[in-house]
Amino acid sequence: MSAPSEPVAGVGRPGGAATAGPVARWGPWRTGLAILRRDLMVTGREFPIFLAQVILQPLFLLFVFGKVLTELGYAQAGYQEVLFPGLVALAAVLTGLQSTALPLVIEFSYSNEIEDRLLAPLPVGAVAVEKVVFAAMRGFVAATVMFPIGVWILGSIPWRASTGVAVVAMMVLGSLLGAAMGLILGTYVPPNRINVTFALVLTPLIFTGSSQYPWPSLDHIRWFQVVSALNPMTYVSEGLRGLMVPHVPHIATWACFMVAVTYLVVLMVVGMYGFNRRALS
Amino acid sequence: MSAPVVASGATTFAVEVRDLVKRYAKAPVDSLTGVSFQVEQGEVFGFLGPNGAGKSTTIGILTTRIRPTGGRAIVAGVDVADDPVGARRVLGVVPQQNNLDRSLSVRQNLIYHASYHGVPRATRNKLADALLEQFGLADRPDGRPDDFSGGQIQRMMIARALMHNPSVLFLDEPSTGLDPAARLFLWEKVAELKAAGTTVVITTHDMDEAATLSDRVAIIDHGTLLALDTPQRLVQGMHSERTLDCTMEPGPTGDAASLAIALGGLAGVRAVDQLDDPAGIGWRYRIDVDGEPAPFVAPVATVVAEAGAKLTDVRLGEPNLEDVFIHMTGRALR
Repeated sequence: MSAPSEPVAGVGRPGGAATAGPVARWGPWRTGLAILRRDLMVTGREFPIFLAQVILQPLFLLFVFGKVLTELGYAQAGYQEVLFPGLVALAAVLTGLQSTALPLVIEFSYSNEIEDRLLAPLPVGAVAVEKVVFAAMRGFVAATVMFPIGVWILGSIPWRASTGVAVVAMMVLGSLLGAAMGLILGTYVPPNRINVTFALVLTPLIFTGSSQYPWPSLDHIRWFQVVSALNPMTYVSEGLRGLMVPHVPHIATWACFMVAVTYLVVLMVVGMYGFNRRALS
Repeated sequence: MSAPVVASGATTFAVEVRDLVKRYAKAPVDSLTGVSFQVEQGEVFGFLGPNGAGKSTTIGILTTRIRPTGGRAIVAGVDVADDPVGARRVLGVVPQQNNLDRSLSVRQNLIYHASYHGVPRATRNKLADALLEQFGLADRPDGRPDDFSGGQIQRMMIARALMHNPSVLFLDEPSTGLDPAARLFLWEKVAELKAAGTTVVITTHDMDEAATLSDRVAIIDHGTLLALDTPQRLVQGMHSERTLDCTMEPGPTGDAASLAIALGGLAGVRAVDQLDDPAGIGWRYRIDVDGEPAPFVAPVATVVAEAGAKLTDVRLGEPNLEDVFIHMTGRALR
């Protein structure tokens, strides 16, 4: 038996634990999963705090715009239907973004925590991928939680069983998009600028992502329509709108998927480049 | 010096570095200018040099965090540039700064590190408990790293690095910022690791540390390896020089540099180096002299008095690694 049985603490056996063939092949995957398990454990331990953190903003947006304004008569009754899919998209993208950007800034500069993972036996890029996957999981949870909240605040939400799978796919895509944007922010922005950057990036991102309005109806405000078209979140909002409330004007669903996937690839390539630059010198 | 031989008949070193060159992006000069050395298995290898000499760059390359511009670096038979993932399996790193996982307890830090390295669950639990015991951390295994002292953090990081049983352990400036007791504990642990057969590569700008811990010391400055030998032989290489270490309170007039020149003018004085005063208030000089140092005390005191300064301490000494370093680089270590 070559298994490392009963190792003596602190004794370095030349050759170490990890030279066997299958270990070498599956090792990086197992390492990546171990890192993901660590992240899930830490988040799971603070799940109520995590939930409060991610749902408060969409919850208030939903309450004020969807409930208060419609009840006071300042918004039309149908506005809730326009708003709800957009806020699901907002929760997915924003939570994904914040779940990569802030931790990366902190771990690369103040805590150096990421070093132990960069020194684990897996490719450096895989550490970035794990961050994105984990952040997307958080984004997806945040987006999912919007559904019961929607029922609670609005009384009912637009949901069609026939498009359920596509809705889930778009939520996953939106979470990944947000996480990829966060990867870029977290690796390119110097730590002393992160506060300013967040203020300058987040607000425009929230209000140009077509989450509070259907994009095609912006015909009259052409410049804003162009700006909104540049925001990746627009395609998530519009995609979900097309799937959940097809009678509301929306960008064609297939186009939303295609643009969103293209954006994801581009953002990931740029983000991975930034990550590698920070991780290796 | 005979290197260990593996079954294939090839000679294998714990660390082998050949013509290593590093130039950082946008840097005007090379940070490493073709460094070569080998570390034998089971050896404690000290890297001595001032800040910015190239120690951390070398360690960074060996631990896969910095990509070499040229040359080769091999750790436990694995080329770090060709197979960084494979290299990370066989090396352990204790960094200069605390990089423990703040969200995990002490014990979890050890256990998760081992899980990243594929150590089976039963083994890693048992090993974590043994290492916590060995490093004097067993009484608070569930505490968070933020609640511990610098010395304890250091121990945690060493224990963590040992969790995947590395063939080579890299310690980057391990005693920087530690109190004397913590430093002594660290030195004991390194000696224990050596006794257990672990290869340890240690960087330091503390010559006591280098001399105490290392089997061999490499002196590096400006990215160039200046000397590589046992501490004893490096010091012997300083022929028969003897030294006087003088500390003084500066007077109202005069400056440190002109006093150094005046001291250098005494007959029989080979060299005068100004050292940093640990207390930061006085002037400190190391004077290399021919023959016995005692007869120089009186003339030195006279020169100091003439300069208006007041001699507060004189130590007569054998040359040490710091002298070797000063001799080779013309400057003090810190």
